[in-house]
Amino acid sequence: MAEILVLVDHVDGEVKKVTLELLTLARSLGEPSAVWAGPGYAADAKAKLAEYGAEKVYVADDADIADHVVAPKAELLAQLVGSASPAAVLIAASQEGKEIAGRLAVKTESGVITDAVGVDSDLTAELSIFGGGVNVKSRVKTGTPIIAIRPNSTAPEASQGAAAEERVTVSLSDSAKAARVVERVKQEKGARPELTEAAIVVSGGRGVGSADKFSVIEELADSLGAAVGASRAATDAGWYPHQFQVGQTGKTVSPQLYIAVGISGAIQHRAGMQTAKTIVAINKDSEAPIFELADYGVVGDLHTVTPQLTEEIKKRK
Amino acid sequence: MNIVVCVKQVPDTATERKLRPDDKTIDREAAEGVINEICEYAVEEALRLKEAHGGEVTVLTMGPSKATDTIRKALAMGADKAVHLVDDALHGSDGLQTSYALAQVLKKIGFDVVILGSESTDARMGTLAAMLAERLDAPQLSLANKVEIDGSTIRIQRLTDYGFDRVEASLPAVVSVVEKINEPRYPSFKGIMAAKKKPVETLSVADAEIDAAKVGLASAATEVVDFAVAPPRAAGTIVKDEGDGGVKVAEFLASKKFV
Ligand SMILES: Cc1cc2nc3c(=O)[nH]c(=O)nc-3n(C[C@H](O)[C@H](O)[C@H](O)COP(=O)(O)OP(=O)(O)OC[C@H]3O[C@@H](n4cnc5c(N)ncnc54)[C@H](O)[C@@H]3O)c2cc1C
Ligand SMILES: Nc1ncnc2c1ncn2[C@@H]1O[C@H](COP(=O)(O)O)[C@@H](O)[C@H]1O
Repeated sequence: MAEILVLVDHVDGEVKKVTLELLTLARSLGEPSAVWAGPGYAADAKAKLAEYGAEKVYVADDADIADHVVAPKAELLAQLVGSASPAAVLIAASQEGKEIAGRLAVKTESGVITDAVGVDSDLTAELSIFGGGVNVKSRVKTGTPIIAIRPNSTAPEASQGAAAEERVTVSLSDSAKAARVVERVKQEKGARPELTEAAIVVSGGRGVGSADKFSVIEELADSLGAAVGASRAATDAGWYPHQFQVGQTGKTVSPQLYIAVGISGAIQHRAGMQTAKTIVAINKDSEAPIFELADYGVVGDLHTVTPQLTEEIKKRK
Repeated sequence: MNIVVCVKQVPDTATERKLRPDDKTIDREAAEGVINEICEYAVEEALRLKEAHGGEVTVLTMGPSKATDTIRKALAMGADKAVHLVDDALHGSDGLQTSYALAQVLKKIGFDVVILGSESTDARMGTLAAMLAERLDAPQLSLANKVEIDGSTIRIQRLTDYGFDRVEASLPAVVSVVEKINEPRYPSFKGIMAAKKKPVETLSVADAEIDAAKVGLASAATEVVDFAVAPPRAAGTIVKDEGDGGVKVAEFLASKKFV
């Protein structure tokens, strides 16, 4: 069976859930080979990749790979596309993932599809475009299909693979090293599930009113085991860090449940959450566009409705 | 400093956007064409760099003739001149081909900095800056919310999943910006009038030394095989809070087995 390369998305050595989704998907397309790029590779990671069906794990864990913007990862993948001739390359459709996919496409003269929500066995990708208005099936005609897939598109299912380890050395070109990361600034993340991975997301907007009041959003999220998101109005005001922004220029989330609190539902916000399965809105303005999307909505003051909801959820546990 | 800003015309997101039934490309006639929002931030950043370091700002657009409206908008904001790559042979180009075509123009006109938006609202690929950096063999300084130039060194803050990276490179470079970087200026009346007289050079595929066989629908590396308008979301239940709004939401969540 043909090899399918899956680029592993990892933070501090921990494999992200989206990678398990991609491995699961890859098993329906061929034989998954995980590709580890950057430092942090260890036995735990390998075990996780094996558990979800990686038959091979290519490992390139030099620090160099992470110390330059995007290009080294594309170079590594291009090298593997050359040596392994995979049937496809799957990458998580994070902003960086899409950039890696783009550079890899140029290097290998291959077609690239970003933001797929599914891939059929013949490698046709499914997309939801124009803010969820149109469903598209797309395919790559030239080269090795490179497909960036949205987190939460496939349910991860375990199935043991051999995870045969193969060390890969990449000698990075000078141009791959042109943009140097001189400092990494981490803004605290907390113990909540990761935004793009979470089954439930609770987001707050301008209606929340202040950074302090975001505790109302956090408490609701915690009662549901959910991730916290924010609109641009809230991140721009400095009430919540930018990496929690949901929307056109923030994260695209596809959770089972999305609760929008004090968010009007501007088109740029909708672009990042429209594919959520169930949408709930709390907003004092009955004309807010978010209600057009909501499966359930309450017109009311979030400062009373939300704490009451949190209490009620706790009671029902 | 020679600053080139890549600006795209996109169908207005406030209108219903469609694909063409015949060749399954974006229907650019159906909806009004407007400047891609994030490109306004790219233009603003280009203008600020010029104001700080001198030089010239050139707008680069690939698109049909009606994209001149978008070019004029960028010129009205204050850009000095524009290059419009326009040719029927380009219709239906995908991301890979667009990056090839724009790279050919950029090689021809030269640059110290190329600035793009992080993502367009129509294709939403978010890949073009990376592709151009690859093709032009220039450092990729993408997803910037801050750009600084100091001699031949360029530094940005690149937004990441965990916060941001400080990234450094030497010019020439390819930059993409997010909407947090600045507040785009409105064109003044004077700016709008002046824009009418600013030079817009149109280039055909041949002028830009683009291999016509490598662009356009027929040789695109990806293809839309099928599409369908998504069924509309079923109308939801909207209730007014009568003091029990939170309880009602909890009941709804329970009915859906979320609690
Ligand atoms: C290039 C570009 C990119 C963008 N990208 C994004 C993006 O990625 N994500 C994003 O979110 N936005 C993005 N935006 C911004 C977007 O256009 C909106 O401005 C933004 O989403 C508004 O945020 P909001 O809904 O929180 O604020 P508002 O639109 O001000 O809405 C606040 C809502 O809260 C309600 N409210 C107020 N007080 C209360 C209360 N006490 N109880 C209940 N409800 C209350 C109000 O009725 C209102 O509906 C982008 C814009 C541009 C130009
Ligand atoms: N046809 C085009 N002409 C000029 N610039 C473009 C074009 N297409 C994309 N861009 C630039 O690339 C950015 C990202 O676009 P995309 O990769 O299509 O999401 C846009 O914000 C523009 O700056």
